Amino acid sequence: MRTHPKTLLVIVAEAALEKTLIRDARAFGAHGYTITDVRGGGERGEREAAWEADRSIEMKVICDDAVAERLAAHVLANYAPNYALTLFTAAVGVFRPQKF
Amino acid sequence: MIDPVVFFFLLGVLARLAKSDLRLPEALYEALSIYLLLAIGLKGGTQLAQHPLAAVLPQALAAIALGATIPLLLFPLLVRWGGLTRPDAASIAAHYGSVSVVTFAVGLSVLAQRNLTAEPHMPLLVALMEAPGIVTGIVLARIGAARRIAWGALAHEVVFGKSVLLLLGGLAIGALAGPGGLEPVEPLFVDLFKGVLALFLLEMGLVAGARVGDLKRAGPFLVAFGIFAPLALGALGAAVGWAIGLSVGGTALLATLAASASYIAAPTAMRIAVPEANPALSIGVALGVTFPFNITVGIPIYLQYARWLGG
Repeated sequence: MRTHPKTLLVIVAEAALEKTLIRDARAFGAHGYTITDVRGGGERGEREAAWEADRSIEMKVICDDAVAERLAAHVLANYAPNYALTLFTAAVGVFRPQKF
Repeated sequence: MIDPVVFFFLLGVLARLAKSDLRLPEALYEALSIYLLLAIGLKGGTQLAQHPLAAVLPQALAAIALGATIPLLLFPLLVRWGGLTRPDAASIAAHYGSVSVVTFAVGLSVLAQRNLTAEPHMPLLVALMEAPGIVTGIVLARIGAARRIAWGALAHEVVFGKSVLLLLGGLAIGALAGPGGLEPVEPLFVDLFKGVLALFLLEMGLVAGARVGDLKRAGPFLVAFGIFAPLALGALGAAVGWAIGLSVGGTALLATLAASASYIAAPTAMRIAVPEANPALSIGVALGVTFPFNITVGIPIYLQYARWLGG
């Protein structure tokens, strides 16, 4: 089956940012997102998801390259200085391009 | 005599420090905290039904004022003696201005163990004291800063956050049902309370034990602060409790609330409102020092404060 190229933007962040990230993703033109609860560690220490302030999320957004770039730039500028945050992109192929 | 539930907390700390693989599922933690908040609210609510609400109002206002004032007292100390930045000092002050429901639950358990009773509306005061300290802390952090605060979103976060929602919801359900109305659910919400509290404290021990690393980074000032601030705030809370005419049990609980530091509502609110504050400092001292101190040593001391004042 033929696939169409899109960009997958993955944002791993503190759960405190969840509502803000959803709002931002919608505002920058993403059509949808998927969020899962995750655990991990980095330069700001371990985040074990044991209780409220210790939770982290992974947000996946599949969108056009330009949308991913604008959203990533906004997230990096506004939240990266003060929050535990990891961002990366990957090229993916989707079956129904109109969905994204 | 230490309340046996405290030993569950110590077991959790020990397990964590010994790097045991013991880990409570997050869903259980969530379920237990919902249970505790509802149970505390319901129990207060059934008794509240028999009391005129107008008599409660002055005490409710005093509790709100107490919560709002505490950060103003702590903030200058943290900046001047602790050498902390404005956001860090404001964030820590906000954690102490707000309250810890689990510390309150241990306080209830200690009172029950000693056959002391408290005013039925104490859970209402817990709910009312969650937010004022957080608001004062945010204002302290934001004075002189250019960034605007999204008060609407924050108010939603605090008022409809699970702790205030469940405490007030429990109180309302209890009050509507009246003394006999909750009999069918009493086996769950009353009889099992202490066992659930013990299980929750085991989890809190695991969480608090994980903050030991933060304390090394926080330094000796904050560790000392985590012990002496609650002792002083407990005395202030006891004095206020006595002044507004609470019983010995009620005074001890208000002292416990004043001495306690929030670790549910405050960390979330401060993370959103004051992102530049380092959460490792505020959570490290609130959960790593003050919470263990209060449930092991502090609460019996606050009860003693109340006894001195109450004669």
